[in-house]
Order: sequence, then C-alpha cells, then structure tokens
Amino acid sequence: MGMIAVMRIYFDHNATTPVDPTVVEAIARALSGTFGNASSVHHFGQQAKAVLDDARSAVASLISAEPSEIVFTSGGTESDNFALRGVAEALEPTGRRHLIASSIEHEAVLVTLRALARRGWRTTLLSVDQSGIVKPEALAEALTDETAIVSVMHANNEIGTIQPIAELARLAHGRGALFHTDAVQSIGKIPVDVRALGLDLLSLSAHKFNGPKGVGALWIKRGARVTSVMTGGKHERNRRAGTENVPGIAGLGVAAQLAAKKLSSESVRLAALRNRLEAEILQKVPGTAVNGVREPRVPNTTNISFDAIEAESLLIALDLEGVAVSTGSACSSGTLEPSHVLRAMGLPSPRTQNSIRMSLGAGNTDAEVDFVVSKLPAIVEKLRSLTGTRVRA
Amino acid sequence: MSGGVDSSVAAALLVRQGHEVIGLSMQLYDQARSGNPGDPGTRAFGTCCTIDDLHDARRVAATLGIPHYIVNFEREFNDTVISNFVSEYAAGRTPIPCVHCNGDLKFATLVSRAEGLGADFVATGHYARVDLDSDSGTYALKRGADPAKDQSYFLFTLNQLQLSHAMFPVGDLDKSTVRDYAREIGLSVAEKPDSHEICFVASGEHTAFLEEHGTPSTAGAIRDVTGKVVGRHEGVHRFTVGQRKGLGLSSPIPLYVVNIDAGQRTVTVGPRASLERIDLTASGVNWILGHAPAPGTRVTARIRHQHREASASVEPLPDERVRVTFDEPQSAVAPGQAVVMYDGERVVGGGWIE
Repeated sequence: MGMIAVMRIYFDHNATTPVDPTVVEAIARALSGTFGNASSVHHFGQQAKAVLDDARSAVASLISAEPSEIVFTSGGTESDNFALRGVAEALEPTGRRHLIASSIEHEAVLVTLRALARRGWRTTLLSVDQSGIVKPEALAEALTDETAIVSVMHANNEIGTIQPIAELARLAHGRGALFHTDAVQSIGKIPVDVRALGLDLLSLSAHKFNGPKGVGALWIKRGARVTSVMTGGKHERNRRAGTENVPGIAGLGVAAQLAAKKLSSESVRLAALRNRLEAEILQKVPGTAVNGVREPRVPNTTNISFDAIEAESLLIALDLEGVAVSTGSACSSGTLEPSHVLRAMGLPSPRTQNSIRMSLGAGNTDAEVDFVVSKLPAIVEKLRSLTGTRVRA
Repeated sequence: MSGGVDSSVAAALLVRQGHEVIGLSMQLYDQARSGNPGDPGTRAFGTCCTIDDLHDARRVAATLGIPHYIVNFEREFNDTVISNFVSEYAAGRTPIPCVHCNGDLKFATLVSRAEGLGADFVATGHYARVDLDSDSGTYALKRGADPAKDQSYFLFTLNQLQLSHAMFPVGDLDKSTVRDYAREIGLSVAEKPDSHEICFVASGEHTAFLEEHGTPSTAGAIRDVTGKVVGRHEGVHRFTVGQRKGLGLSSPIPLYVVNIDAGQRTVTVGPRASLERIDLTASGVNWILGHAPAPGTRVTARIRHQHREASASVEPLPDERVRVTFDEPQSAVAPGQAVVMYDGERVVGGGWIE
C-alpha cells in the first residue's frame, strides 16, 4: 500500500463542497468591485444593495419563496439557532413553551434545544427506527397545545434519508405550532418548495451546494413571528443585525442559480453513481450493510457499515489512498465519536462505530467510483486481519 | 506526535531520511469533557493531549508536509492506563502509567493500527535506542545518548516483536541538539517547554483525580515503625513510599512513609534509615532478549526514573519474577514502581517492584 496518494478523490460533499469557478468569480467581483455598505444611500451602497437583491431573488427562486422572506445569515448553524431561539422567544408570552425536534437532527438543532431546555423550555426529541425516517405518528403523539415549534430536517446529513416534511408540517399546524426544517443537506440535491411543503421556516447553507463557507439564509414565511437573535442595526429588514457579507452573499446567489439549473440532471447522474458505488461495495466487500432506508434518500449519499472494522482506521486508510470519506461527526479535537444519528436509529454499538459515509457531488466520475471499489476490499481485509490482534504476543 | 519538540523532531528526521511518514496523535483523555464548565462537578486534570497540543502536532505535520491524523484511544487508555493507575494507588502502590502507555498502547494498539495503514514501524520521540544484533538476530534496547533525558526506563516492557517495529529517531541526540534542529528547520514547537508530569494529571492533583475516579477517602491510622499510632490519614491513595511532605505529623526528626498496607489502611512512617533495603523482588518481569540471564548476573539497577543506578546482582525466579540484591542499601524502594536492570548501555530487563 503506497502511503502518498497520487490522485485525490473527494467523496465527502455532505461535509462541504468545492466552490464552483463561476461562484469564485462572483465573489471576487463583489470583493474588489462592490465594497460599499449595502445600508448606505449613495452610489456605493446601491451597488452593494443590488448584489444582495440579486442573491435574494436567486435564493428565493430556488425554494419557491418571496425575496422579502429571505434573511441572510452566517450559515446553517446560525439559521437553525435563529429559527429555534427566535420562535421560542417570540411565542414565549403566549405560553407556548414546548419545542419538538427529531433525534437525528444536526447538532445545531440538538444543542440549541438543550440550551433552551436549561432555560426552562420543555423539549421532546422524536425517536426514529432503523429506517432513519421520522414517523408522523410519533410527532402526533408528542404535539401539545403548548408546542411552539417543530424542527425536523429535510434530509439527514449522515444517511441521506428524506423526512416526510409535508405531512409533519401539517400535523404541527393542526396544533397551532410552527414548523422549521433544516434543509442544509437537501438544497441542491432535491427540489425544495417551501409552499408545497407547507413550511414556516427553512435553513440553508451556501457551502453545501458549491458556494462559499460562512454564508447561508433563513427563510421566514411572511407573517411568522420570530424574534431577532442577532440584535443591532436595522439590516435585513430589521431581522438580522450586522453589515451584510456582500461577497459571500454574492457567492450564495450564484450558487443558488447554478443549483436550480443543474438540479434535475445532476440528481439523476449522482443517483446512478451512488447506486453503483453502493451495490458494488455490498457485493465485493463481505460483512457490509447500508444504514437507513435506501428510499426516499438524497441521491448523493450512502452510509455503509463494515463488520469488524474501526471506522477511524478505514477513514485514515482510505485517505492515504487518496479517497476522502467521513464518519459520524467530528468532535472539537478532530477525533471521531460514535454517530448520534446511527445511535438514535437504534443500531447496535459496533455499527455506530464501523460506518462510513460517502457523499458524492459535482465532479465525481465513474472512474472514481471504479477506483474506490477496486481499493476497498483489500483495505478492509487488511484491517480486519488486524482487528483485535495485538502485537504483544 | 504529542505536539512536543521530541516527537516533532523525530518525525522531521524521518522525513529527511526519506521515509514515508504518517503523523498520528493519540487522543487519550477528553480534556474538554473533563473540564467542561457546563458540567458541574467535573474538572480538568493534566497537561497533555490538550487541544493546543493537537494544534501544535498538526502544524508540525503541515510544515513537514506529511499527513496527520488523530486517533481516538480514550477507551484503550482508560482500560489499560487509567484503571491501572487508580487500582495501584488504591492498593497502596505507586504506579508508573507511562510504562503501560508505552507497552500497552503505543507499541501495541498503535503498532497494530499503524500496520493496518501499511506502516512498517512506529517511531516515537523517546530518548532510547534500538539496535539489531545481526549475528543473533535479536534487538537490543539501549539508553538514549543524552544521559539527562534517557527514557529507556519507561520502555522496559517492550518485547522483541515490539522492538522490531520501534524507531527512536532522537535517541542518538541530546536534547539541545534536538531543539537546535527544530529551530533550524523552523518548527513552531522548538521552544516548547518539556513536560515533566504524568500527562493526564498535573503534579499535586493526583489525590483529586483518584477520588474523581472512584477512590474512596477511607481514613486510617498512621503508625510508627514500632506500631504505635502517631496520627490519622484520609486514604492510602494519598501516600507514596519515601514521601516526607503532607504527613501532618510533628516530630523532632524528619519522618518518611516506609510502608503502606492498603488492606489494613495503615501508613507506616519512620526515620530515613528505616527506608533502606538491601534487596527487592519484582514481578511481571520482561527480559529484553526473551530469556532470563544467569543467576548472579551483575547489573546496575534503577528503582525509579530519577534514581541513581546502583550495582546489584540478579537472581531470576520462577513465574516471571526476579530478586535484585544491591551491593549497598537503597532508599525508598516503592512497590508499584519499576526496577530496570542495565548492562552498560543495554537494558537487560525490568519488572514491577513487589
């Protein structure tokens, strides 16, 4: 096994994506040419404002929303915080002090709920079974007349399963609660229509669909009551204070346009690639299984467990072969922890620690799938031969 | 790669020698979790494997242009090192966790992990040397060239198979040369201070650490060498043979801990002379060459890391034990510490003092 990889294959698009060259151009143009403060009245301000307006229209159009409903943020985590804390605070006086989310949400939602729970809100996490899909019955049971907001992600970041958002939102509304979805992993991969889904709030992040890091948006349905979390000046129609990140937002806008344009063709292409990758791994590597249901699932993601393997070792071995994949979620120091998603699905503990996520994206090719499929069996076999064996005799 | 200067220079030297090098840092103890201010009742211990150390290790690897990974051995560290540390103190002995970390983690779990990545050797920043005797085909473990930094004492459990996979690139150098080289190639850790303490518990904190890990503060008697009760103590885990401070006794002559009986919860104190022993036995002995030397073999023996080695004779006993008889009495032979026997530069073997 050579240790210095000659070619690099990126199968970790759910972590982040490469920035599209068109997006890079738009950011560079805004950085050098549009330095004005979008709140200024003069020419320079108007130039910057025009960049924001274009981006706002592009993002709105991607999710079938109105431009005025889009609030730019620093990314998915801020959008999730904004939605949950903003609604919790806005509805506090009404006595609605109950918050619901699924147990397979991103940490941005789970940890925010925990923080609100410490401050007196009641919270309920909806369990999921091994399908990785939230059951509407579970939500129906959890809802009360005090529920302020229900937050269920559109597509799961680790296993790719698509949640029955429209049905869940209908149930929430039936009890007078608002419905938020973290759509960070579905935008750019499947069609997202906020009105067809019947949502009140939606989080998205640019860097998951070939845009830059550090910029995202929260869609807030017109009329929804949400208190600002970032307070200060009257930016973003008085909803999110702070001078707008014009270059980042310019990049988000162009990324949104590209995503809308490529959505149908890319999703078909990626699904074919992913399905072949998955099928060949299952066939060529014994002791493998897919985590979560295969449908409905975003087209680019597969999460596979390898019996008698430590995911950490497999990840490192693949990286040394030039193949970037991921597992679980990374903690602050960069080490790996058992996946909270797989744990919430009730998978036994070996599977929460022997699973690898591969997530494909623009630029991935059939040849890359071939390469990974050709390398994996030997890597897995070698690691298995060492499992549990210690050098000490 | 701990993020310190020794392992950093070890990696740099290997790169310069043309090896394909993979940097691995071991996450052994979740400092963030143990010291999380949001979790009341927990506190941070120790000085190693912090986020800053991992940051340093990553920057060095980036400077050297080698891949770098953090491997999570928290479970293994807890099972092999921490639990032993806690139970040894509870039994009235004075453990050396670094020996277990080297023998049971770095040159066991880590070697196996490295093998899975296609690596042939595990290199560390230890000041020690491994030599292959091509005639006999055996590996010798030798002292580091810098007598002030020699760490061979902590490596005595390594067997021939482990030694055959071990490299100690800084073992031929002295510390100042290592620092000079780190400066010369612009490593950010060139001036980083040496670590002296047990990595997961800072000096003076071990009582609190043990109690946090379930050691009860069971009080008992302090007796003098005649058996007379001279005071009370708050748990045997607070004491080490040879300890003088913190006894809470007033006496015209300095008193030292001479014995700890965990079963009776008794700590015995006495004057310095009562600490002296002419011989000791040790168990769990590892002979570097894989077999015991002849009875009566002359060695120099070290009974703790900072001990000045003393001349002694070795009498191998059945069941991986040994009796070491010194030419002159030695002070403060502490059960749980290691006796490591040398023949000149070579480590003959070592074991755990009974």
